[in-house]
Amino acid sequence: MIDRIQRLGHKTLSKVAAFGRSGLILMHALVARPQPLVMLPLLIKQIYFVGVLSLVIIVVSGLFIGMVLGLQGYTIMVDYGSEQAVGQMVALSLLRELAPVVTALLFAGRAGSALTAEIGLMKATEQLASLEMIGVDPLRRIIAPRFWAGFICLPLLSMIFAVVGIWGSSLVAVDWLGIYSGAYWSNMQQAVDFTDDVLNGVVKAVVFGFIVTWVAVYQGYDCIPTSEGISQATTRTVVYSSLAVLGADFILTALMFGDL
Amino acid sequence: MEAETSQAAAPDMLKDIIIDIRELTFSRGERIIFDGVDIAIPRGKVTAIMGPSGSGKTTLLKLIGGQLAPDRGQVLLEGSNISRMGRNELFKARERMGMLFQSGALFTDMSVFDNVAFPLRVHSDLPDAMIRDIVLMKLQAVGLRGAIHLMPAELSGGMARRVALARAIALDPDIVMYDEPFAGQDPIAMGVLVNLIKRLNQALGHSSIIVSHDIQETLSIADYIYILADGRVAAHGTPAMLRDVDSAQVRQFVQGLPDGPVPFHYPAPDFMQDLLGGEIK
Repeated sequence: MIDRIQRLGHKTLSKVAAFGRSGLILMHALVARPQPLVMLPLLIKQIYFVGVLSLVIIVVSGLFIGMVLGLQGYTIMVDYGSEQAVGQMVALSLLRELAPVVTALLFAGRAGSALTAEIGLMKATEQLASLEMIGVDPLRRIIAPRFWAGFICLPLLSMIFAVVGIWGSSLVAVDWLGIYSGAYWSNMQQAVDFTDDVLNGVVKAVVFGFIVTWVAVYQGYDCIPTSEGISQATTRTVVYSSLAVLGADFILTALMFGDL
Repeated sequence: MEAETSQAAAPDMLKDIIIDIRELTFSRGERIIFDGVDIAIPRGKVTAIMGPSGSGKTTLLKLIGGQLAPDRGQVLLEGSNISRMGRNELFKARERMGMLFQSGALFTDMSVFDNVAFPLRVHSDLPDAMIRDIVLMKLQAVGLRGAIHLMPAELSGGMARRVALARAIALDPDIVMYDEPFAGQDPIAMGVLVNLIKRLNQALGHSSIIVSHDIQETLSIADYIYILADGRVAAHGTPAMLRDVDSAQVRQFVQGLPDGPVPFHYPAPDFMQDLLGGEIK
């Protein structure tokens, strides 16, 4: 019994220590004298790897999710004769919830795991140690541009996801199932509020971008530098960031829409 | 007889010390790596750190580079305690150090040229043409000028380490640390490297610290040697002094004998008992 309590205490303490370490790593990476001439090329390169290369999975997923929403929305709402409101339903679902959440989950699987594996491998092959010995801080050179790239790209990808999703839904609802396009778009226009829906969705994506990228860079930087250690860290990135995104989504939704 | 040769026996060399390690204690978990170790690295000389596997030689280089912090004791770089330095001060101090890692640790997304040019681009304002010339000279010194456009994945292990050596000396640092520089080198490259390390040391006047198992090569270029064993300095002195040391531990290591005070086997129960009745636990 005492052993179990001891183990639980040890595990709790190590989790708290890891959380503290991840905060320190992020602080050292981000709080420093700005060096735009050095950082900008590194940031652009990472935006390409983290953001541009994630575009395909985001666009394809957005399209199919929008199409499914349009189809499901139509088949349910047609029974009540309110199929004209499909556009409104799809837009609100995507802007408020699905675009930021699904983009964050896809981003964690596509870009987060890649970031963790890349940083972990750099650690295992002593490239991070070698940077340190050259007098270059790896937190500034490696971690910071990757973090900012994820933080910038996720909200943009989320917006692209929402736009493509709405277009996909219109393909199904208007072009295939024959809903009058004027009703589809004007219902959507009337129902969607810029601050409540669009901006809140963007705020969610910004928060998720912070969470997913922080988890990914920390797991890579703190991993055990072996093949097994990197594999575990990559898995942890996907699991922890997905759970954190879903948890944060509930809290944000409660704060944003809880008084309705 | 205890193998320690007093530092008074080599007073001239140890009068001018660049790195002074005092009462260094360091452990990993339960295992004590260093237990009150004193080491003085003379300025402008080649100092070798030798000892059996697991005696903490590479760990010592990491402690000198500030990548690890000692549990107790001090690592002083010209009087400044490395483990007490702030983050910025530590990175500034590292600009004066070059380190050749055992694996080479080349940046895999950069060509050979960019790897060697990296420290120059980061720490100097030299024009591109001059950086190119310096890189060519450093690569010529390690015999790999022809590999300038190759990527690290296209190099053999030995070649990668030579490129890493060129990168380590790119900024002509005050201190160069070599972690197993001769491992995996063919006899020709090994001979060239031995001479190169000696020549660089003489020409540039920097202080070299070599961690190595290759006894003959290391003895041939080292000015001063420390032999580590059981978490302590088992012996130290010039190569001539160590050859005459009357210590079974040092003799076993220097002559590469399997039997002696340093066990070849990791601690284990009786072999016969293990074979006849034991089970893997």
